[in-house]
Amino acid sequence: MPIAPFREGFDLLVDNIPYMKALGARYAGRSEDGIRLRLPYAQPLVGDPETGVIAGGAVTALLDHACGMAVWDELNEYKPIATMDLRIDYMRPAQPNRDLFILAKCYKLTRSVGFVRGFAYDDTLSDPVAAAQAAFIISHPCLKNREAHA
Amino acid sequence: MIADLMISGPEELFSRIPFAQFLNLRMEMAGNELTTILPFAPHLIGNPLLPALHGGTIGAFLELTATAQLSVFETFDQIPKPVNVSVQYLRSGKPIDTYARARINRVGRTIANVEAWAWQELREQPIATLQAHFLIC
Repeated sequence: MPIAPFREGFDLLVDNIPYMKALGARYAGRSEDGIRLRLPYAQPLVGDPETGVIAGGAVTALLDHACGMAVWDELNEYKPIATMDLRIDYMRPAQPNRDLFILAKCYKLTRSVGFVRGFAYDDTLSDPVAAAQAAFIISHPCLKNREAHA
Repeated sequence: MIADLMISGPEELFSRIPFAQFLNLRMEMAGNELTTILPFAPHLIGNPLLPALHGGTIGAFLELTATAQLSVFETFDQIPKPVNVSVQYLRSGKPIDTYARARINRVGRTIANVEAWAWQELREQPIATLQAHFLIC
């Protein structure tokens, strides 16, 4: 399937988002495996000064964002979406001074909900730092208008 | 030197965690009741169109609130590490200050179970809730 023009602006969905900018997150492309983001190691993101390990909260943000983008990737069009729930398992501490990579894939899309699985890793995907399971609500503005006029 | 590593309370905890400083987290203690505050800042925005706080901002805030609550009653020689967190997003986070509280459900030998909730204008209308397990040894 050729990449739709919709997906060409995906880097802007990271670069133009204030919180992603503040964390220093980068868009790293899409494939059939899902959406990829990269988080370069930075001192303000540290959650434990004794070890230099990145805060769980910083990993959470990247996973949430990549999961949301994975829903848009699967939708292949822009619709407002919102995180309904997000569960994250932290398997091991991320290694200090190493970039963190995120891969997220929307494995099932219904009319109103997108189900996504995501992983964070600093070496290989087979040894993940964290895993995410998320569900997103897909808004249908036209439906709301119909209700408003009913 | 072990005394240097001891985390003796939530205020010390936040001051020691660079990411809590990055979020500019504040707290208020009323007796043993802890309320944390996430002051609004433009860089916390995740949806510039609404605008709304990033879900990751709220998730991190709740996780650090749960960690802080643990340090109210317990002293640790290292910062409790999250094993898993589950966040339910109930309302979009407006570009204003956010507050949170946490409750410890159980502190075992290895694992603590904590829940937390965040609100903005009305405490009866939480914007997100969290359940978390922490490794405490």
